[in-house]
Amino acid sequence: MKRLCAAIIGLALVVYLLPASSSAEEKMLMMATTTSTDNTGLLDYLAPKFKAATGIELKWTATGTGKALKLGQNCDVDILMVHAPPAEKKFVADGFGTDRREIMYNDFVIIGPASDPAGIKGKSIKDAFAMVKTKQAVFTSRGDNSGTHKKELSLWKAANLPVPEKESWYVQTGQGMLATINIAAERNGYTMTDRGTYIKYESNLKGNPPLKILVEGDAVLLNQYSVIAIDKTHCAKAKYDTAGQFIEWITGAAAQQLIKEFKLLGKPLFTPNAKM
Amino acid sequence: MDFILEGFFQAFDLLASGNAEAYSAIWATVKVSSYSIGCSLLIGIPLGFFLGYFDFRGKKPLRTVVDTLMALPTVFIGLLVYAFVTQRGPLGNFGLLFTLPGIAIGQTILALPIVIGLSATAVESMDEKLRIAIMSMGANRRQLFISSLWEARHGLLAGAIAAYGRVMTEVGISMMVGGNIKWHTRTITTAIALETNKGQFGLGVALGLVLLAIAFCVNISVSFLRRRV
Repeated sequence: MKRLCAAIIGLALVVYLLPASSSAEEKMLMMATTTSTDNTGLLDYLAPKFKAATGIELKWTATGTGKALKLGQNCDVDILMVHAPPAEKKFVADGFGTDRREIMYNDFVIIGPASDPAGIKGKSIKDAFAMVKTKQAVFTSRGDNSGTHKKELSLWKAANLPVPEKESWYVQTGQGMLATINIAAERNGYTMTDRGTYIKYESNLKGNPPLKILVEGDAVLLNQYSVIAIDKTHCAKAKYDTAGQFIEWITGAAAQQLIKEFKLLGKPLFTPNAKM
Repeated sequence: MDFILEGFFQAFDLLASGNAEAYSAIWATVKVSSYSIGCSLLIGIPLGFFLGYFDFRGKKPLRTVVDTLMALPTVFIGLLVYAFVTQRGPLGNFGLLFTLPGIAIGQTILALPIVIGLSATAVESMDEKLRIAIMSMGANRRQLFISSLWEARHGLLAGAIAAYGRVMTEVGISMMVGGNIKWHTRTITTAIALETNKGQFGLGVALGLVLLAIAFCVNISVSFLRRRV
């Protein structure tokens, strides 16, 4: 028994003495963001540069836009980087957020098997969705209330088609973008993705993925990213000033240039478009 | 299929090359699971002893409740803990969201029913004559408690190992309460979820093997301890 106690106390001491992972109160900014900015590695690339410029450490949790907005509404983060303009505008109008600034965009593309069983290649987004529906081709949807999912739903509506729900060819994964692409590949189906994640997917598969871009370039496929500070009257504890420093930095010329230079497989992932 | 083999080699590579991200996740996992197993044993063993040793009204239904709670889904615990520790929740002022202690609270809730239930079983299955023997030697209540625990030690250990396994491998609580923040609350399991989402299956397999290796070390030391005492 004594030996057991000694072992437990010893273990407790070891744990206690383990290197502390964060020196508590250095300047820190907590962000909720979408899976695409994290999965592509953009934030891993920007965070050290932001720290070098301002001394502020950026921490982020990556979820769908739906949950990111919820975390902001509950005052759990200081700033958001998301891509669902209508939901963002509502968020600001409801008094949860302020200082919304557009920072960059990429675009959505429809990808599918090279054999293109539904024959959508080169069609407009409206016709492409109609063809998928008529041919009952497998289409995987995020189904997770994320920015990408909201965009996809709006495209079904824009094409005057009922939003599929229980149809056997419509697969709602409830997972992140790359997982959803992988499921589409397994089922030999189509899906809609942001271009950044697609390039990442391409690079994972050494530039030769089974799913290819079939529809792109439609104006409705634009994917705008914005940052929003959490409103300080709504959340007294949110670090409004630190969030302001980040917004100023990311919309500034230097960071915009960094975004422009961020490439994967030699392809740029995001196009900066902050109004200075 | 290739990525399983690839992951096997990557696991060695991660450990041997001292990959900073991997080690950060390993420390986070070891730390948080030690916090939570420590708390759940401290709270759970006395409660389990009480539940197993004494006869009282409502013991059976209570037992059923404890056994049912063993099936608590981790994501559900994560959601419950989040509701309390969010800035707008009752414990919001403590700043526990997105921290390791926050995760540990959830994991303690996860482990407690297992520790309580299995300790109660261990104490219940002790020989009744033992109690009489101890009492007849003039033991006081404290001594009775200690020596009963000592006799039930193997059962208690089995409970602790089962609880540790559940705590170390859960992902729902760590993801929801911890937020999978790099260098801070990214544990091995949330890192696996992330790498899988990113399509880096090999790395996911590698991290899974690392987790197994840690569990193996823990079990080796426990069985060493068991042989010694």
